[in-house]
Amino acid sequence: MKISLWPDPPDGRAPLLLALVMAALRLVCTDVQAANLRVVASTPDLGALAEAVGAGRIELTTLARPTEDPHFADAKPSHIIRLNRADLLVEGGADLEAGWLPSLINQARNPKIRPGGSGHFSAADGIRLLEIPGVLDRSQGDIHASGNPHFLMDPANAGIVARRMAEAMSHIDPAAKAIYEQNLTNFLNTLEKKLVQWDQKLAPYKGQKLASYHNSWIYFGARFGLKTGLYLEPKPGVPPTPAHLAEVITTMKAGKVRAILVEVYLNRRIAETVAVRTGATVIDAAQFPGGVKGAGTGYIGLMDYLVNSVAAALESANP
Amino acid sequence: MNPFTNTKWTGHRRAIQNLLLIAFCAAPLVAGAQEPATGEVEALRQQLLELRQQFERAQAEQRRQIEALTGKLHELEQRAAVEAEKQAIGDELAAGMPDAGASTNSAPVPGAEATAATPWSLAQPLTVARSGQAYLNLSFDALVDAGWSTAADPSEYLNLGDHDPSARGFSIPNTELVLDGGVDPYFQGFANIIFKLEHDNETHVELEEAYLQTSALPWNLQARAGQFFAHFGRQNPQHPHQWAFANQPLILNRLFGPDGLRNVGAQLAWLAPLPFFLETSLGVFNGEGGTAFGFRNAGEPDWLGVDRMHGRATVTRHLSGPDDLLYVPRVAASFDLTDQQVLVAGLSGAFGPNDTGEFSRTEIYGADVYWKWKSASAHAGFPFVSLQGEALYQRFGAGAGPAPWVPALTLPAESLQDWGFYSQVLWGFKQRWVAGLRGEYVNGNSSPTDFLDVFRGQRARVSPDLTFYPSEFSKIRLQYDYDQGASFGSAHSLWLQLEFLLGAHAAHKF
Repeated sequence: MKISLWPDPPDGRAPLLLALVMAALRLVCTDVQAANLRVVASTPDLGALAEAVGAGRIELTTLARPTEDPHFADAKPSHIIRLNRADLLVEGGADLEAGWLPSLINQARNPKIRPGGSGHFSAADGIRLLEIPGVLDRSQGDIHASGNPHFLMDPANAGIVARRMAEAMSHIDPAAKAIYEQNLTNFLNTLEKKLVQWDQKLAPYKGQKLASYHNSWIYFGARFGLKTGLYLEPKPGVPPTPAHLAEVITTMKAGKVRAILVEVYLNRRIAETVAVRTGATVIDAAQFPGGVKGAGTGYIGLMDYLVNSVAAALESANP
Repeated sequence: MNPFTNTKWTGHRRAIQNLLLIAFCAAPLVAGAQEPATGEVEALRQQLLELRQQFERAQAEQRRQIEALTGKLHELEQRAAVEAEKQAIGDELAAGMPDAGASTNSAPVPGAEATAATPWSLAQPLTVARSGQAYLNLSFDALVDAGWSTAADPSEYLNLGDHDPSARGFSIPNTELVLDGGVDPYFQGFANIIFKLEHDNETHVELEEAYLQTSALPWNLQARAGQFFAHFGRQNPQHPHQWAFANQPLILNRLFGPDGLRNVGAQLAWLAPLPFFLETSLGVFNGEGGTAFGFRNAGEPDWLGVDRMHGRATVTRHLSGPDDLLYVPRVAASFDLTDQQVLVAGLSGAFGPNDTGEFSRTEIYGADVYWKWKSASAHAGFPFVSLQGEALYQRFGAGAGPAPWVPALTLPAESLQDWGFYSQVLWGFKQRWVAGLRGEYVNGNSSPTDFLDVFRGQRARVSPDLTFYPSEFSKIRLQYDYDQGASFGSAHSLWLQLEFLLGAHAAHKF
């Protein structure tokens, strides 16, 4: 995303000094010109929710791209600039960004967005996370101490996060409280209607099983009554091994598992190998809006895409 | 519960027994003496009636109690069955094929406090959040080296870095205990404590870094104070486990010594209010000791016990003014060339006195560049390609003094100049695999004492390496070094390096 703070050169070439002075002035005068709330979201799903709640009032920047593995995004120096100017940082919270976000926050020189600051929003707060490990042991793979961080795959959780987000935005930008509340109401109404549709769409497949490359669908499965728990990765974050895949294939055949969810940044070929042997369909899934073609731009669009893809895959398996 | 243990019931039982006894004894009396008194019979009949009524009341009361207790028992049994069912579902969830579909029914109201209901189970304790429960992040990182070199003692002239593979066979040149966390709303605290094994297998401890850093200074400023790596170039501030190769680049080793440039001091860094990243910083240090190698460093003792640096006997210089401190300015900028490409470039300097004379000074200049491309659909950070290079130049003002081998001969004051660069490319070609290639060259002007000085003279090295990361928390690296130097000819080394990290997830800078 381009930053629009750089002044357009008056006639092709602005002297560097003038540019510097103007930039400095802009910094000094931020209070005067800052009508919009500058929101930085760590991942695109949170960005989509922030956009839904803050539409028309916020200036949004998203750090990780929708197509990349959010656990391994880079702590690019340009992100420091974005965080330096942010009024609100929206992060997932459950250790998903642990490898890159803390060092950015430390360098951002912005006490507001530090944990505990008025401009720090952790989406996982207030969510009942699943799979919180009883014992912390990394020999079990990349297991997050706070629980499974893919909680936004349950639309009800998205509702909780949006509601809290509206509160956070209203708190630091009380002048626009009405806007945030209106946006929230609109979003929640849509979400409620959509949930009924999504539920209906997936109702015929209740109790069916979904395999996935990574353990990122437990919330989705729990919401729509689909069984998850069969993963191509032997342990979270550990690449699939043939022995494990053989076991998965056997289990899939025995349990009549007809679909495999694979995020865009994971190895689709491995999933295809399994699909060929089991007759299952590979679903090009995304955790983030825009993560794959057709996965919408907003949160609702993403869920529409996911629900339709899963329903289509399960339907083709049950003629 | 046995109803017959009820004291009330026992009481009634006794009453019935008495009643029967009375009835039994009274029968012949009634039969034998019809005459005696109708009044007595009437009284007895009355008594019998009362007792019977009493008995029936007691029986009814007891029945009511039994019914109540049975109901209660039933209720308890039902509750236990529900608990058992809950437990079974929990166990099923824990076992890996959760069927949460059974517990989700109609569309819930978005925003309701509970998500899809999950039964409680031992495998999933009711922990709301886990991270951040301690007041600090704690981790332990160890590097274990194994290998062979054509040099009998690689630490003598090949691998001069303190954390480089230092011996044929096995060595542990670096394990670090890392502590960090928020001190209070104003400071962050960091500490790196190094434990390393010397050649005699004795443990050596170093307080590598211990500093606090501000988190709430105005005007985009950030200050730190304590012992820390000077922000000079790209690799100097990095800890050994972050290096892409098992050993320190030659030019950094030559100018900053075995430990890198780190010292006690303070630093102020300013982030320019520009649309791209531009940070300028100034570090001020005491600049004393082996970790300020080219500055107020006494050097190593010669065969007579005289401390020497680059051949010159050193003097002890005390701080007598701001001129005697070590200053390290730096400016670094970064640009996102595309969504997938990032460039970071910087210029650094280090200026301060050295101990080879009362007025001797050292100047070091450096330029560094780093470029990285990462796939738009990177998984676990792969694939990527990165380029990194640094070039440094030093002017070391060596004072005049007696020569080490002929005390009668006086060495003139002279400017020792050293320069060099390294450049490395890393290719993360596949998830968990990184191939690397580094080329380096160092040289300098010549001085009569060079033949005694492993930190001077021409050297070059080429190092291909291959690193496998089983996870984010371990690595296995194989590195080959071809070394060439004016003083030793050539050397070949092969190193295997293992790393493991326990504890807090590291968050690294770009």
